[in-house]
Parts: sequence; structure tokens; C-alpha cells
Amino acid sequence: MELTSHNLKSNAKDALGNEQLQKALGNVPKGFIDKRAKAAAALDEFEALRDKGREIKDHTLANLDLYLEAYEQKVIENGGHVHWAKTAEDARRIALEICQKHDAKTVTKGKSMITEEVELNEHLLENGIEPVETDLGEYIIQLRNEKPSHIIAPAIHLNQGQIEDDFRRVHTHLDEDRDMSEPETLLAEAREVLRKRYFEADIGFTGANFLVAETGSSVIVTNEGNGDLTQTLGKVHVVMASIEKVVPTLADCSQILRILARSATGQDMSVYTTFSTGPKREKDPDGPKEYHVILLDNGRSDMLGTEFEEMLRCIRCGACINHCPVYHSIGGHAYGSIYPGPMGSVLTPSLAGVDKAGTLPNASTFCGRCESVCPMRIPLPKMMRHWREKEFEQHLQPKAARYGLAFWAYLAKRPKLYRALVSFAMPALSVLGGTNKRISSLPLASGWTKHRELPAPEGRTFMQAWDQREALKQEAN
Amino acid sequence: MSENTNPKVGLFVTCLVDLFRPNVGFSAVELLEAAGCDVHVPRAQTCCGQPAYNSGDKADTKEIAKQVLDAFEDYDYVVAPSGSCAAMIKKHYPEVFEDDPAMLSRMKALSDKTFELVSFLTDVMFITQTPGEFAGSVTYHDSCSGLRELGVKEQPRKLLKNSGVDVREMKDSEVCCGFGGTFCVKYSDISNAMVSKKTQSIDDTGADMLVAGDMGCLMNMAGKLKRQGSKTEVRHVAEVLAGKLDTKPISGS
Repeated sequence: MELTSHNLKSNAKDALGNEQLQKALGNVPKGFIDKRAKAAAALDEFEALRDKGREIKDHTLANLDLYLEAYEQKVIENGGHVHWAKTAEDARRIALEICQKHDAKTVTKGKSMITEEVELNEHLLENGIEPVETDLGEYIIQLRNEKPSHIIAPAIHLNQGQIEDDFRRVHTHLDEDRDMSEPETLLAEAREVLRKRYFEADIGFTGANFLVAETGSSVIVTNEGNGDLTQTLGKVHVVMASIEKVVPTLADCSQILRILARSATGQDMSVYTTFSTGPKREKDPDGPKEYHVILLDNGRSDMLGTEFEEMLRCIRCGACINHCPVYHSIGGHAYGSIYPGPMGSVLTPSLAGVDKAGTLPNASTFCGRCESVCPMRIPLPKMMRHWREKEFEQHLQPKAARYGLAFWAYLAKRPKLYRALVSFAMPALSVLGGTNKRISSLPLASGWTKHRELPAPEGRTFMQAWDQREALKQEAN
Repeated sequence: MSENTNPKVGLFVTCLVDLFRPNVGFSAVELLEAAGCDVHVPRAQTCCGQPAYNSGDKADTKEIAKQVLDAFEDYDYVVAPSGSCAAMIKKHYPEVFEDDPAMLSRMKALSDKTFELVSFLTDVMFITQTPGEFAGSVTYHDSCSGLRELGVKEQPRKLLKNSGVDVREMKDSEVCCGFGGTFCVKYSDISNAMVSKKTQSIDDTGADMLVAGDMGCLMNMAGKLKRQGSKTEVRHVAEVLAGKLDTKPISGS
């Protein structure tokens, strides 16, 4: 997984200065927040379902080995194949082998963050196989050679005009003067272009929102139906999913489905919820001849039993991202990871190492809005704090920050010394504020004063004034 | 509960109130005394330890938490004019000592009696009327910790309305102002984008005054409003409720 998370500050600065992006980001709160709130409010048992969802996932994670083996067995019984991929490299290799075995020239792809995580497209292209993204957002960013900026809305960083330009650039077989002023016309054009590609493709790749141990089914939710065409029209259907996607039963799956779309887009259900259970059977009218599941670990089993295990409850609804004011300001690409926002700030260090992605869990105000909307009740701020603890233990924070903190802590633990120092410093700082009570620049405080004034202190500290009040009281007695 | 029927309250002043805005501390004292509390200010307090806690420094967090425990555990209640510091004591101190059963039970006891000022007045002391009166218009920013960790939402609005204040809701009052402790200096550009949206929402209300229950957020928003040349007064909600409006506001004329 290519990471530029260490550049978060400069990425953020660029993002904040990018007018197109800022305009597009305005759609995030508008498009998601009210809809989720309405959907949640309209379902009496929404909060109870969140509890239930957490319970299902916790139980599954505590018995993950058993459920994965049960799932594998069912898939095999249904005539499918299961491949275990310890690393991203393993997953890419297995995927390529399947493609090569079937002499595949092009493959279609339903939207899948796991294939983004393992960089499947790049690997296929290097080996002469053309991947075709069929989710509209993924299709658009593939045309632009970009990464998704959101886990459920990969092209949300773009405006309609940019997409129109891309389509005109790439769809050169179409009339140059065609009208593309309406979003619907863009959608229709993409659909027309993609329709042909489905029939050309040898193999269809999808991800999975759930893997059901009881039946050996993989489940995807989409709004475009592109996943269904991807997985039924190719000769081979390959599911690439991470191990924590497994749930014990169909009933468990449907419980969580009830909160997934509501949390994501505010829909009661996604337009399509598709269960795939093995290859085409003898009497089936259609379906793939072969059905493969590649199960990716890529660091997840190392999270079990640690303070980060709860992150494995994540169902990738994107609610934390949709509600994150930091994400609203800088968008997804600035995080330098395909998993942006709060969920990414916890997950990315787990997958790539805190030494490479430690900036992410720091770029949060801990406002807690993510946790408040997470359907699986993942304590995201708490886990970001755990990453900061790891950073602190490994001395990964910048020296200035570490020394500053150590100096402050030294004082904070010594009330008398602290008192003596601040009793001198605060009145001095107050004088510095002048009659306007403002400080526009201050050494060591440029991070603050670059964008705002520092309101000057009143003068004496509260404790100084309180002591005086108490002394006067005693005198009066 | 002490023998005296008036509850003995240890005021956790908070470092920012102590250093920058003593008037908030005196307002808190006034509100608590008016509610019938016997207010004490333990000397051995500096800070609740959030800077250490949120920087991943667990060892210093523990030491500071113990210091707070020693200073405050004998009071009937611990009250702070800050949702963030109160939540640190109430929600996070027990977490920090999860693996230390003896300390954990003491921390839980401390947690049970620790409250944010305004919610303490309304939910524990059942106060509906406070000494201050203010006939102007106010917009209230919900500080994140108070709102999401302690459920402070309607309490300040109720008391403000009962003081004659015209409370005007801003857009997205529940969205973070971009302070976030050290976040605002570590990621100052992102913080600036967040606080700029916030000051726009504040301006749009046309209210005379911005109030909130946390000095960190207030200094952030006040600093931005000042830089933008805004006339909107900025005050801690305790100052308005106590009617201690003689001190120059944190920002504004």
C-alpha cells in the first residue's frame, strides 16, 4: 500500500488551497449527515441494532479461526475455491495466477477497497491484463489514474465539470458536441461504455461486505448493480476480501445490513444486496464457471487480542469519514492512505506500521463525532490515542514536541514550582497583550498566532486572586 | 455528604481559567455558592493532564491523575468550568488505571462525583435560575467533550434562556471548532480551516455574544474572531450566568 501519510501537513496545505477540491468537499456533509440522522431516527431499534452489531462482530472476532474454517468448508462444498493470502503480495500473486490460468485479457471489477489495499490493478497492468473498474466513482478515478478519496464515494473529491472533461478526453469515439450538462448524461455515458466491457471481460473481481460462514456466501452491497454484472458475466468470479468480513450466519448478516446503508448513505438498504454462493450449478441459467475467494490477512490477525482489535468490527460504511470535520477540510487524498478519515487513522498504522503512518492518529481533535455515529461503536478516538501512546513509547514524535511535553509535565507534577512560575509569567504575558488584550505573535507560539490572535491573560492568575480573597476574608474575621 | 447540609465542592479551576481567565473561576464560585455549595479551591492543582494523555504519555498522565485524586477525593463533589477537563477526570482517569484495581476503585469514586459546572448546577443542584441577567443575544457553541462525553447540551441553553438571554442557534453548533488541544498548533492550517467555518456560523447568527463552556475552544474562536476584526463578544457561559460581565470579554468590544 503506497503511503504518503508522513506528508499530511503539506498535503493538507495543498488541499486547503485547492478551490476545486474545497468546492467538491462541500458535498460531503450535505450529502451524508442529514440523511444518516433521518434514517437512524426513523428506525426505533437503530441503537439496539448498533449494540447487536457490535456483539456479533466481537463474538466472531473472538472465534475468528473457527468461523473462517467453517466458511472455507462451505465454499468448497459449494464448488468454490478458497485461497489464503497472508500478505498483499500473496493476494496479488494468487489473483494473477487465476487470471493467467484462464488466459484473461481484461477483468471487470466491482468496487473493492481490498483490491485497492493490495494494489491489484497496478499488478495486473504490469502483467498485461487490463482491469476495468465498473463502479462509476472507481471508473472515474481509474480514468484519472487516482486513488479513491473516500471508501464509499471514491470520486467525491471531483466536480461534475472535471468528470465531463475526463469523459471527453477518454471517450473519443463519441460525438464531440454531445451535451454533458446533466449528471444523468454522464451516468448514461459511463453505463454505455461499461456495458461492452462486461461482455469482453474474462474474469470479474469483487470485494465482499460480508462472508457468511453458515452458507459460504459472499455478500456485496451496491447502488449501481455493477457488482452483479461483474460477478455473473465473467467466466470466473474472484472475491477478494479480508478475513474480518466473516459473520457466523445469514441472520447476523441481515442484522448488520440494517445499519450499514443507514449509516453510510441514509438508505434503508442499498439498491442491490447480492449473495454469491459458489459457481454456476447445473440448472442455473447463468453464473461463473469458477468461483474463487482470496482471503487477505495483511496484518489483521496481528490486531487480534490487542488494543486495536475493535477496529476489526469496521463494516466500511464511511460514517466516521462523513462526519469528520478534519476530512471535510482536507478531503481523503491528504491522508496519504486509501483509508482516510478516522477509520483510516486507526487502520493504516495497523497495516503499515506506526512509524510510517503515525501522523494520521495525531491529525484529530478527538471531537468524538466519529465514534458517536459508528454503527459498530468502535471507539475511534481511544484507538487513535493508543497509537499516540505507541509513538510516544518509541520516541517517534518530533523532538520539539517531546521536550515541550516533558517540560510541561515536569511543572504540572510540581504544583508549588508551577505556581511560582505562572504567578510571574501570566501577569507578564498580560502586559504584553497591551490595552487591546491581544497578542499577534509570540515566540514558540507561531502555530497559534499564524492564524489567530492569542487572547491575552487577564493578569494575575486565578490562584493569586483567590489567595488574596481568602486572606481578606480571614482578616475580616 | 459532609455533616453540613451544604455540599462541599472542590473547584477544579482548570489551567486555562487559572492562567488566562480568572473571571471564569470567580463566576464558577459565585454560581456554586448561589446554589448553596461550600466551595473550596485545593492548592495542589495544576492541570488535569490532557496534554500528556492525548500525546500518548501515560506515565505522566497517571502521576497527574494521582495528584488530582489526592487533592480532590475528600470533597463531596468535584466541579470544573470545562467539559473537557471534567470528562478527563470522569471518563478517562478510570481508563488510565484499568490495570490497577486499587487505584481504579478510587478513580471510579472520584469519577462518580465529578461534574462539568453547568450540568452540575442543573442536574445535581436542580438550579433553574442563576444570579446573572443579560438582555442581549447569545449563540452557544457545544464543546465536543462536554457534548459527547458528558451530555451537556440543553442545560446551558435552559439557564441562559432563564437569565433573559435570546439564544440564537448557529449552524453546526455541534461541530468541532478546531481547537483539539495541541492539534491547533500541530496542524494549524487544518485547525484554521475548521475555526474559519465556525466563525462564519457565529457571524451568520448576528448574535451579540458567543459563549461556550470550555476555555480552550473559546480562546481558539476568540483568537480567530479577533484576527478577523469581529466585534462579537466572547465569554465563558459561567460569566454570563453569574452576571460577571465587568471584565473585558475574551474577544470583542
